[in-house]
Amino acid sequence: MELSGAEIVIQSLKDEGVEHVFGYPGGAVLHIYDAIFQQDAVKHILVRHEQGATHAADGYARSTGKPGVALVTSGPGATNAVTGIATAYMDSIPMVVLTGQVPSPFIGSDAFQEVDTVGITRPCVKHNFLIKDVRDIAKTFRKAFYIATSGRPGPVVIDIPKDITDPNIKIPYEYPKKVRLRSYSPVSKGHLGQIKRAVDRMLAARRPVFYTGGGVVLDNADEQLTELVRTLDFPITSTLMGLGAYPGSDKQFLGMLGMHGTYEANMAMHETDVLIAIGARFDDRVTGQIAQFCPNAEIIHVDIDPSSISKNVRVDIPIVGPVKSVLKDMLKVVSEHKKRPDEEALKQWWAQIKRWRGTQCLKYDEKSSRIKPQFAVETLHRVTRGDAFVASDVGQHQMFAAQFYPFDKPRRWINSGGLGTMGFGLPAAIGIQIAHPGAEVAVVTGEASIQMCIQELATCKQHDLPIKIMLLNNGYMGMVRQWQEFFYDGRYSHSYVEALPDFVKLAESYGHVGMKIERPEDLEGAMKEAFSLKDRLVFMDVIIDPTENVYPMIEAGKGHHEMYLPPESELV
Amino acid sequence: MRHVISILMENESGALSRVAGLFSARGYNIESLTVAPTEDESLSRMTLVTRGDEAIIEQITKQLNKLIEVVKLVDLSEGSHIEREMMLIKVKAERAHREEVMRLTDIFRGTVIDVTDTSFIIEMTGKSSKLDAFVRAVHEELVVEVVRSGPSGIARGAKGLTL
Repeated sequence: MELSGAEIVIQSLKDEGVEHVFGYPGGAVLHIYDAIFQQDAVKHILVRHEQGATHAADGYARSTGKPGVALVTSGPGATNAVTGIATAYMDSIPMVVLTGQVPSPFIGSDAFQEVDTVGITRPCVKHNFLIKDVRDIAKTFRKAFYIATSGRPGPVVIDIPKDITDPNIKIPYEYPKKVRLRSYSPVSKGHLGQIKRAVDRMLAARRPVFYTGGGVVLDNADEQLTELVRTLDFPITSTLMGLGAYPGSDKQFLGMLGMHGTYEANMAMHETDVLIAIGARFDDRVTGQIAQFCPNAEIIHVDIDPSSISKNVRVDIPIVGPVKSVLKDMLKVVSEHKKRPDEEALKQWWAQIKRWRGTQCLKYDEKSSRIKPQFAVETLHRVTRGDAFVASDVGQHQMFAAQFYPFDKPRRWINSGGLGTMGFGLPAAIGIQIAHPGAEVAVVTGEASIQMCIQELATCKQHDLPIKIMLLNNGYMGMVRQWQEFFYDGRYSHSYVEALPDFVKLAESYGHVGMKIERPEDLEGAMKEAFSLKDRLVFMDVIIDPTENVYPMIEAGKGHHEMYLPPESELV
Repeated sequence: MRHVISILMENESGALSRVAGLFSARGYNIESLTVAPTEDESLSRMTLVTRGDEAIIEQITKQLNKLIEVVKLVDLSEGSHIEREMMLIKVKAERAHREEVMRLTDIFRGTVIDVTDTSFIIEMTGKSSKLDAFVRAVHEELVVEVVRSGPSGIARGAKGLTL
């Protein structure tokens, strides 16, 4: 089979099993777009901004586990994609981003729409390539997909100069079956001796706690995790990125930990004697002040990435390996072990946890005449029977969604954790809905975040995506306002979003259904109506109490035991 | 503490900037860095001198290993090793100073490789500390320019850092 470079790009995607590409055309990728036009196997989703393309590919990847693919042009196309690439990088999302480049002879000449894409993206990709020869396209694609999806996943950029895709130059095509990189071989199993040591320690623990993160979701290890946690009857807490890997409504689940984690989760971290960290990276939003982090604990850490181990917090028993395989080995070692967990100690530990739960750290004023954001998320949970894909943006609404929508399944909670990218939610939901055409997909967002990628409402119209947007509208950049209230004596510098559009009319002008909801008693009915419109995007502008804050809260640089609790809590 | 890290990496364009970029992005310091292809043209060998406490050096080696193009690396400072650096130094050598500069060069086992009426270029190889000592020994006013390669390192013994 003889193919041109542009055809090889498309054929390579087919051979990788890629069904959808999120992209935006431009000069440097015209040959590739011409090849897209002449086939049906790889479907192209036209976005309205390249940031949207990368977030959509990212949402697609997070909700399926398959690599997301984006295609953008050179220069501004590539720079617009950078935010999405960095977002995926921080959360270790497998993604392949194809960027057009000016023709090879023009590289370095400051040609029209030229940027050094490989240079600009280098610090925020797992790897990147500049293709210099048409004969290298297929093998570069094979390597890129392998690197993006193996080990600790991440985004890979392939920069393709326009002349490389010239339709007039045809060469024989064969997609490499095997890929081997002498300089890259991710571990496939954890060290059994270390696993045994860890299990010994776990079975001797008096106040153990599991602390799990996005790595469990990425490695599809939710079943193994759930089995291990239940077998041992230990409490478990999760990071923002790990929610759903262990059922959020289960009695052993303490809720999320960290800056806006529950009182019981953070106190358990503070008091634990054996911390079992799995696929989590001890991020500063989780640890608070390092000096006060888990002061009494021996720490076991399972991670695929050796550089995650002892990066922020010194670990006692490191296990480098894929989470799923290590958990399987742990289950086996536990089942063959003579020792059982210390029942008496665990009983006391659970009694202590029950006392902490009694503080009711997530309590809010349920009788308020205004819609509380917590109530809105709880209503969403009820109306979707806890089974929707929920994409969020970044800020207060993100934390409320994480706290009040208990996720019982992995890959249902889709948000930008590491980079904290406002504007992520709507385009990510596009990727989710494309991957799951019949599923209920909700976006929980704020009036500041949604405006950062609002143009993607047009993408939703063009591709008939019946996403349900729940805008928690408080007129402020809520999280900024909250920090200004707590730490800047209420000087609300530029956090008030003046001149908001009429979101109902805005949604309608894009061809969607708009709703404005102002009273708590109207919310559930409206939301049911929205979700009953199976083939329409509905934009719900929910006017909420602008003074509501996210509790509990640990101030940056404080320890887990130093939390602000809500005014309604039993402890206050 | 000072560490000498020896890296075997793919000889590909961009590999060097990945290493340099990693150091600046994560706030590690590079004291010196030398790189050139090996006997196998597809591989480059880099010697990188850095400073940091144990935790930082551990992170540096892990982060370097994470780069796709890094094949292998070793922290030479962990064992017995040899370091050599090459220096080209141009000095003023007018009549009054020629003898003295020649004598110093001999003492340090350097070679004069370029001579004019008023200047010498001296080539010298050795441990970095020896080169430092030579530069100090030559009268400051006589030094025109100093070009140093930065140290290259290799572990002692029969074992090598190879594929």
